[in-house]
Amino acid sequence: MSVLATRDLIIDVPGREGGTPLNITIEPGQVWGVLGPNGAGKTTLLHTLAGLQAPRSGSVQLNDSALGQLRRRHVAQRLGLVFQDRQDGFPATVLETALIGRHPYLSPWQMEGADDYARAEAALERLDAAHLRDRLVSTLSGGERQRVAIATVLTQAPNVWLADEPTNHLDLHHQSAVMALMAEQAAAGYAVMMCLHDLNLAARWCDHVLLMYPNGDACWGPRETMLVPSALESLYRQKLAVVEVDGAPVFVPIKA
Amino acid sequence: MLTRLGFPLSLLLLAALAALLLALGVGSAQISPGQIMDLLQGEGDALARTMVMELRLPRALSAFAVGGLLAVAGALMQVLLRNPLADPYVLGLSGGASIGALAAMLGGLGGLAISGSAFGGALLSTFLVFGLAHGSGGWTPSRLLLTGVVVAAGWGAVITLMLALSPAERLPGMLYWLMGDLSYSRTPWPPLLLLLATCVVLIPLGRSLNVLARGPQQAAALGVAVRPLEWCIYVTASLLTAAAVTTAGSIGFVGLVVPHILRLLLGNDQRLILPACALAGGTLLVLADTLARTLIAPEQLPVGVITALLGVPTFLFLLYRSR
Repeated sequence: MSVLATRDLIIDVPGREGGTPLNITIEPGQVWGVLGPNGAGKTTLLHTLAGLQAPRSGSVQLNDSALGQLRRRHVAQRLGLVFQDRQDGFPATVLETALIGRHPYLSPWQMEGADDYARAEAALERLDAAHLRDRLVSTLSGGERQRVAIATVLTQAPNVWLADEPTNHLDLHHQSAVMALMAEQAAAGYAVMMCLHDLNLAARWCDHVLLMYPNGDACWGPRETMLVPSALESLYRQKLAVVEVDGAPVFVPIKA
Repeated sequence: MLTRLGFPLSLLLLAALAALLLALGVGSAQISPGQIMDLLQGEGDALARTMVMELRLPRALSAFAVGGLLAVAGALMQVLLRNPLADPYVLGLSGGASIGALAAMLGGLGGLAISGSAFGGALLSTFLVFGLAHGSGGWTPSRLLLTGVVVAAGWGAVITLMLALSPAERLPGMLYWLMGDLSYSRTPWPPLLLLLATCVVLIPLGRSLNVLARGPQQAAALGVAVRPLEWCIYVTASLLTAAAVTTAGSIGFVGLVVPHILRLLLGNDQRLILPACALAGGTLLVLADTLARTLIAPEQLPVGVITALLGVPTFLFLLYRSR
């Protein structure tokens, strides 16, 4: 089990002065949703938490060690990131792509063995993508690619999941399936944080919420205290109507 | 898994051996493979042995080493720059080496001095391009590529200027050097050992290179120390190219076309592609050099012309056939 925490973290968004220092602890079993309008710094936050980008000040701690002090391989065995956009590079098949999730665990001279293949295939199966295994990733639809990207991180089997809009390009069924997967990971004792644009997914699936404002202000806490219509209306500068469906609030934008 | 790597590599190894046998047998005097086997074991006709062991074998091995070095350097550059058009010369290396070699020739120097000067020029160009691309921020693949292309264009102008200003009797040698010429190579061992050492060092890095080919951020997220790896690739590819250019002048096309042909046929696993490049690049250049010295014997053709004439149609055919 791993715990990811921030200490007085201020992320480095170009042209922004300061902001609220973040002191967040993502405990095992929690599902965090990060909400905010375009350009609020959600992706920058996830990249900073993954150690891909240096913070402006403060630090990120993985199990009480500063992230910058740890070897990348050590980090990659504990922390996985679903990117919002992907580069294709050279052509590769779906199975090859899922298999790179095993990279942090293999020594330089080691080839992928039967166990690694089994993990990759199980992950593809879980994401409903097993039938695509021999297709080139470049020939897939946007939603299929998204599922392959999530399957790659599932193959990586991290203790901490960081997912940047994991439901991008997905149809309704697969949106729910992916959110159920995240909930399942949390139930297994892993920590999850994801950026979302869909308030209703956050309301249904997240137990903690971080609201990020374009000027750098932020507030966070349990879902019930954060997902209040007045706060969300000022966050998105959009009038909202709230109805309740199936025990969860549903937010619908309405004309001003 | 091992057969997936082993089968294509064994096939390429056989092709390489066949090409080397051909190179040893064909020429002003034809020698059969059986005779070559005898000669290699120290038997047979003394004159034929001298010809094979002291002329044809070093030249064929040099050609093999140079072809292998260029192809591996090309494959590395393509991964580093994530650009299919990258080749060993794109970063201005051959231009720098050419300036060094031509300057030595203009100064009336010969042999080792030309090689040393070419090597110096290649390294100078490497550092110049990297320093300029690094600038005040950090380098990105596109910035490195653009800097290299522009510096190479600059070298091209200087080369033309040097050719225009040089005395007529020195021109043929200079032109041959520019088009690639293996008759300058003396001992094949330095480039051959470098090729072997590189393959041994690179194979364990292969999987990291596979991940890096998917972009630096994805690679970092999967545990690759991206900057050190990129440095390692850049320095290695530069060194390989400098060694190749120093041995045989500038031979275009091998570094661009061989990795692509192999990727079309074998996929994109660098653990397979890099050793395959060493074998296939070597084989192509051995064949090209054999043709270059036999087609219009006793005159020789520049080997760079032959590599292009063999490589262009093969590459275009495979590209046309690919999905």
